[in-house]
Amino acid sequence: MSVEGTIERARALVDAPLDRALEPWRLANPEGKVVGWFPVYSPLELAHAGGILPVGVMGGGNQIEIAHADSRFQSFVCSIVKSTLELGLTGRLKALDGMVFHSICDPAKNLASVVRRNFPELWVEFVHFPQNLTSPLAEDYLVAEYRRILDRLTDLTGRRVGDEDLRRSLAAYNASRARIRRLYEIRRESPQLLSATESYLLVRAGILMPPEEHAALLDEALDGLSGRDVKPKDRIRVVIEGSFCEQPPLELLQSIEEAGCDILDDDLLLGVRWFLRDVPIDGDPLRALARSYIDGSVHSSVKHDLRRTKAQPLLDKARGGRAHAVVVLAAKFCEPALFDYALYRKALDEAGIPHVFLEFEEKMWIFDKVRTEVETFVESMLFD
Amino acid sequence: MSTVRYQGRMHEFQKELMGRYYAELTRGAETGQGHAAWMLISGNPVELVRAFDMLPVYPEVNALQLGVRRQSLPLIQKAEELGYSIDNCAYVKADIGLFFSGLKAPFATIPRPELILCNYVGCGVYLQWFEHLAEYTGAPIFNLDIPTVRGPSGRARPDDVRYVVGQLEELIALCERITGKPLDQAKLRQILQWSKETGDLWAEIKSLTKFVPSPFDAYFDAVTLMGPLYCLRGTEDGLTFFREARSELAERVRQGLGPLPDERFRIVMEGPPPWPYLRIFRDLFTKWGAVAVASTYSTVGGLWEFGFRHDPDRPLESIAEHMLEYNLTNRSFHQRYQQIRQYVEEWGADALVIHSVKSCRLFSAGQGDMREYFSKELGVPTLLIESDLEDPRYFSEAQMRNRIDAFFEALEHRKLVKA
Repeated sequence: MSVEGTIERARALVDAPLDRALEPWRLANPEGKVVGWFPVYSPLELAHAGGILPVGVMGGGNQIEIAHADSRFQSFVCSIVKSTLELGLTGRLKALDGMVFHSICDPAKNLASVVRRNFPELWVEFVHFPQNLTSPLAEDYLVAEYRRILDRLTDLTGRRVGDEDLRRSLAAYNASRARIRRLYEIRRESPQLLSATESYLLVRAGILMPPEEHAALLDEALDGLSGRDVKPKDRIRVVIEGSFCEQPPLELLQSIEEAGCDILDDDLLLGVRWFLRDVPIDGDPLRALARSYIDGSVHSSVKHDLRRTKAQPLLDKARGGRAHAVVVLAAKFCEPALFDYALYRKALDEAGIPHVFLEFEEKMWIFDKVRTEVETFVESMLFD
Repeated sequence: MSTVRYQGRMHEFQKELMGRYYAELTRGAETGQGHAAWMLISGNPVELVRAFDMLPVYPEVNALQLGVRRQSLPLIQKAEELGYSIDNCAYVKADIGLFFSGLKAPFATIPRPELILCNYVGCGVYLQWFEHLAEYTGAPIFNLDIPTVRGPSGRARPDDVRYVVGQLEELIALCERITGKPLDQAKLRQILQWSKETGDLWAEIKSLTKFVPSPFDAYFDAVTLMGPLYCLRGTEDGLTFFREARSELAERVRQGLGPLPDERFRIVMEGPPPWPYLRIFRDLFTKWGAVAVASTYSTVGGLWEFGFRHDPDRPLESIAEHMLEYNLTNRSFHQRYQQIRQYVEEWGADALVIHSVKSCRLFSAGQGDMREYFSKELGVPTLLIESDLEDPRYFSEAQMRNRIDAFFEALEHRKLVKA
């Protein structure tokens, strides 16, 4: 199959309403449970090991009108929090048996409570990730937290999860992540072969299917890509930072590309690619997963790691990808991203890496202004 | 129209003590002595810091002092010039503006930190604020990770307590390195004893507002008590202050005195106050004879009124329990709903007023759901108003007045109909 066909299949799945996207899995697993996870990162492996399908719930995108959730969350709260609640208030989370939230930011924490109160039939859990990664105690803590989550998942399924189940899941997600890493390598090496928007669709399809199926889908795409022959375009090489939670509309990414940028790297959909390396499958699986979070996971504004300065990973990413510039693309009202921009700006200026700062909302639908802004930025770089 | 008449000895004593505290900070800044530890309010382990004779410095308290004095806007704008967003917490921006203005506030010069002690208690902004300060100051940072209370029981898990105690031991080792002296266990026990007795008195004081009329306003006047509770907890001065405050307020109960000549409405307040407009804001309520009998804001540093006490016999465990379980911000929204419900029922309140502040999303995000729960499920009249705790650009007096007047008019009508 051509890579275009694979991408179109991914797009159809991403665009479908949640219940329709889950239909094939539901039919094949009539007794199976589906648990939604809110960004950024979730221990998907634990759910998968229990026979549960973990499904990413990334808000309502620009497909949803916020009619009810505005009365629960104020005007200064980011869109993904409201659109996720709106999905629930309009019956669209009925496709799920449960939801998992994480300690990523203050509104997300409160959203977990609001969802619990409004949808008492939904199984809801909150995972606290360790915020003190310099402490040797963080690992034991996280192992205990994962064990607690496993117990709670057992309440949902009635099924005990053993180490072998866990190892199988670690391996399955390792395989899927390895292929995602390959997609990103291709983008860095030959960006003309795979646009960021195409790659995004291929990765995003993975939040709606088991990792084994996702690995197969990506194999098909990678196969198809090898047959592509496209000439490089005259564009500047950029990395995107700041979109780790709420996802920008696809059209926005496209506008940035069309304005003259090759997007080599980004922090979109971090949940399915959080680990930089394979999680070791020998030894204690919960410990391996915990250690991978502490020592082998990607940077973002909501991972607090005092072992390095906040901007260092961004500088590394930009330099490692031989990027010409950084596009800081922050969701409106996203405090973590907005805070860290102040430090990024200082560090990028000191390192002599040009950058442009853009705010977005998942619901936005006019992209002319952004496009003009990026075009101006690109021109200023090309003719500097 | 009712006006606030009560000022009392307690307020004078508070001013004197806080003046002394700030003079100590200025002395520390000028002499370079005193091992300043920058800390946060919610569920902090100040007892440990005091046991090392370190000087606790609270950027949040400094920010609110700047707000009250209407000095915050130029500092907020300074931070915005550095790249902070209009949508970022204004406490942080005022504080960072102050740092880049040489740490000279109108009430004190703030000493540079020897330790940045981030006590992460639920608030994600805390983490970022102190990460940024650590980068700017170059001071060592310790980030005490306090897992959010997340199980349905609302209790801290034994695993979590052990985890926090272990981190406190790491913090002790760091303080020993900074100050060059070992932890004095006897001193820590003495400090915890003072904190425990302060907790007894504070809990007793907070129960006095169950009387009719309430002897003080548990939102606006509670602020007077919160300064010493947080900045001076674990000191003899702090304890003396609470002894005097308790006897003064108990005396007012005996005399049947309240902050207003006529207490017409008893309200529960949720959310922090708008510091730059505190007096104007208060007058919007006193005009209606409304007195706060309880507030959630007065529990941001701890929940002694529901039974917590520091324990000299279990020093680190009790500090850990305070941080984990007995402070507002480390709890879930549900627990806060239950807390407010208890206030409404046991303190005999007529209504709930929610002051939603843009700067503090941990406090505010989702308060519309809280309003829904109280007004629709429990039938408690509930008013939701919005402004900010620090940024004067988000306070619209006329709009606020309209909302508050309309609410109390309706409440008055409801009372008349009921009678």
